[in-house]
Amino acid sequence: MNTVQTSKKIGYNTKLSFKERLKNLMKEINRNRVAYIYISPFYILFLLFGAFPIIYAFFISFNQWDGLDKMRFIGLENYGRLLSDPTFWKSVYNTLYIGIIAHVPMLLGALILAFVINSGVIRFKDVFRTIYFLPVVTSSVAVSIVFLTIFGVRAGLVNYVLKIIGLTPIDWWGGFGFWVKPAIIILFIWKWLGWNMVIYLAGLQGIPRELYESADIDGASMPKIFMHITLPLLKPVILFTLINSTIGALTIFDEPYMMVGTIGGTNLSGLTLMVYLYREAFEYVHFGYASSIAYVISIFIVLISVINIRFFGKKNT
Amino acid sequence: MKLSDRINKIILYAIIIVGGLLTIIPFLWMFVLSTHTTAEIFRFPPPLLPGTHIIDNFQNLLKAMPFFTSLWNSIFVSTVHTALVLLFCSMAGYAFAMYNFPGRNFLFSACLATMMIPWMAGIVPWFMLMKWFGWIDSFLALIVPNVANAFGIFWMRQYISSNVPYELLDASRIDGCPEWQIFFRVVAPVLKPAISALGIMTFVRSWNNFMVPLIILKSPNKLTLPVALNKIYGDPTRGYDLGVLLMGTTLAVLPMLIVFVLSARKFMDGMTAGAVKG
Repeated sequence: MNTVQTSKKIGYNTKLSFKERLKNLMKEINRNRVAYIYISPFYILFLLFGAFPIIYAFFISFNQWDGLDKMRFIGLENYGRLLSDPTFWKSVYNTLYIGIIAHVPMLLGALILAFVINSGVIRFKDVFRTIYFLPVVTSSVAVSIVFLTIFGVRAGLVNYVLKIIGLTPIDWWGGFGFWVKPAIIILFIWKWLGWNMVIYLAGLQGIPRELYESADIDGASMPKIFMHITLPLLKPVILFTLINSTIGALTIFDEPYMMVGTIGGTNLSGLTLMVYLYREAFEYVHFGYASSIAYVISIFIVLISVINIRFFGKKNT
Repeated sequence: MKLSDRINKIILYAIIIVGGLLTIIPFLWMFVLSTHTTAEIFRFPPPLLPGTHIIDNFQNLLKAMPFFTSLWNSIFVSTVHTALVLLFCSMAGYAFAMYNFPGRNFLFSACLATMMIPWMAGIVPWFMLMKWFGWIDSFLALIVPNVANAFGIFWMRQYISSNVPYELLDASRIDGCPEWQIFFRVVAPVLKPAISALGIMTFVRSWNNFMVPLIILKSPNKLTLPVALNKIYGDPTRGYDLGVLLMGTTLAVLPMLIVFVLSARKFMDGMTAGAVKG
């Protein structure tokens, strides 16, 4: 607490001359040098590996470059080409499709499961928590391979079950490519539901148990308690998961890369923005064009985060 | 017990058990397929019980990829990366929590703001940077760049500011402990719960990381498990030996599953503790 007082003395004493204040500041900085040393790795690494590449990428995006020859300045040509590139728009569409469709069942499912586990009715809470979290710790490359066999056309698990209950099997990867995105979406939900559930569980523990008890005494049913107590009180946590998983969905790479490759599958149905970026940057080595794609993805991410905060964070902060 | 309570209970159990089964079935399916030949896997109906080719598949896997080398690479990269993340993040979190130095609020806000920056905007220059450093095909590219991250610093600061009293620092100063040693001698030992949760999160992310190793690692004996799996999966000259491939995925996933199941309780407690206080 000592430190707080001393720094106040320096900051607010206006009677001191500029020189004296500077001297005091230097003294204060020197006294806290250990703190500066402890925080310095973050800023050094961020400037080098975070800020510098991002700024430099902006510059590259106005050039044509293969990483070896000299850069050729072409102004806004990359961005112009981007706007009229049907493959780019297809990957925007795919990414938004996957992101938007996957979120409702994933977040709602996670909420319901967290509510059930937290309800006090269920025994073996720890076991269920652990089971639901297992997909999160599993390599997405590995689970993509597993889901490819689950969605196998001739002998996949899902088609086997469909045949048993008398439905027509699904041609997951062929046809017009309609089922490619649902396959990726199912994998995405399976993989990340547990992560969101654990965050909701943590949030639910902040809600006092008495609230539930009094609602129960008043004769409120489970769905009513869920709608009128759990949902409104969890709103900030829901916002957090929404932003987090929107970014996750917009940058989805491992799953589509493994399942349909950089070609994008039938009709480019599985080509997402990140896969397209990877293909342009590291397969075709169009560094300038890739940088403009990267910038557009980043702007999307920032925009969607802002919309999320505006739209869902209105009444609570 | 009222009838409605009993119905409620049945519904809640039904939800949680069906969800649990859907979560666990892909793992069981993976284990089952890894014990069959490719021919058996493609037969209809598909195999639902373990087969007899577990050893054959394992031997063929060792022919297809240097499995133990990849396993070691994954362990090495994840462990070193996690250890450094824990060190740098807890040091910075400690400085932000316990010292009131000029510029603290600004620096902390700037640190948090970096969480909003999408890193992939700079992926191309980042790659060029690795090239200039000579870090292509080197583990350094996987270990160093993300070693101090905003989330980790935030996480540790939250925990330290609500769990470490100022008196502890003052007492050790009076005892003559040099300022820079207070963290290591006095504070670090009491950070266990926060460190274990952050450590597991970091380790999992590092172990499963795919895009960066895919860009960086080139030689077959340098690959980490996810890229090595991708390699045998995507190698057209070897054909499509599904049984072997699934043996590979099983063995790649198993260590992580075991580590997590053993540490699940600690991890969950750490997660919820951090969130409530945050």
